[in-house]
Amino acid sequence: MSGFEHHRKSDRVIATFTGFEADLLRSLASQMVELLRNERAVPPGPTADPFEALMSEFSGATTIPEDPVLARLFPTAYVDDDESAADFRRFTEGSLRDGKAAAAGLIIDTLEDAGLPPELSEDGLVIDVELTRSEAETWMRAFTDIRLALATRLGVEAGDEDYWHSLPDDDPRAQAHDIYEWVGYLQESVVEALT
Amino acid sequence: MSAASPVEVEPTLTPDEITFLAKPWVTLVWDDPVNLMSYVSYVFQKYFGYDKAKAEKLMLEVHNEGRSVVSTGTREEMERDVQAMHEYGLWATMEKAS
Repeated sequence: MSGFEHHRKSDRVIATFTGFEADLLRSLASQMVELLRNERAVPPGPTADPFEALMSEFSGATTIPEDPVLARLFPTAYVDDDESAADFRRFTEGSLRDGKAAAAGLIIDTLEDAGLPPELSEDGLVIDVELTRSEAETWMRAFTDIRLALATRLGVEAGDEDYWHSLPDDDPRAQAHDIYEWVGYLQESVVEALT
Repeated sequence: MSAASPVEVEPTLTPDEITFLAKPWVTLVWDDPVNLMSYVSYVFQKYFGYDKAKAEKLMLEVHNEGRSVVSTGTREEMERDVQAMHEYGLWATMEKAS
């Protein structure tokens, strides 16, 4: 596993992902797009795999502000003024949604342009990603949204790292938390590459 | 009558911070357990144009005190700032300056 680096000569922000990592990032970004486009609640279907259930819950959107992930992505701007808060939401939320969906979409497009097939099958696939500074910033914002979504679903709180690391490895919540930390690591590496 | 005398202007203020217009609104950024300190500092530098020292000071205020006033201005300006913070995934609100 490696993060992003700044390539001085080309002024690009670059990273190399395994096929598995690229496929995982695409899945997270796709769920973000779906979450942002869903206005109605879509209850997750029955599934045998608790990890899959957790991840599908991540895209089980409902109307704002009922879905806590959407409530976190689109916070109430005026704490003590409902009318102004509603106006602010009306005038900003649509474009915020579009911007966040476009950012997640850029991750998907970049990975697929770099050779990630629709269905991951071959072993040993390597995906090289090269981003302009502006694209890297867009990825960084999308990483934020994905991390906020995962953290909200998992109930991440300040200083709870020990709890997550104490869970057994096969606990789906521990696995989702590992993914959350991995995306944080990637995001930190983009910040460093851009600074 | 008074006479002008040579005085030194406070060198740590930027022109943006010196104004006689009423600036009755503020943008607040609130602490959350998710956003990385490095990222928050980056956003303050990139969006507000603050230097690294100021951005880190505000970031640490958010981290340690739970919130920080990150910008001051007209209501319309603050609505733009809050929207921009939401684009970056920061938890921002606005209110009248107290």
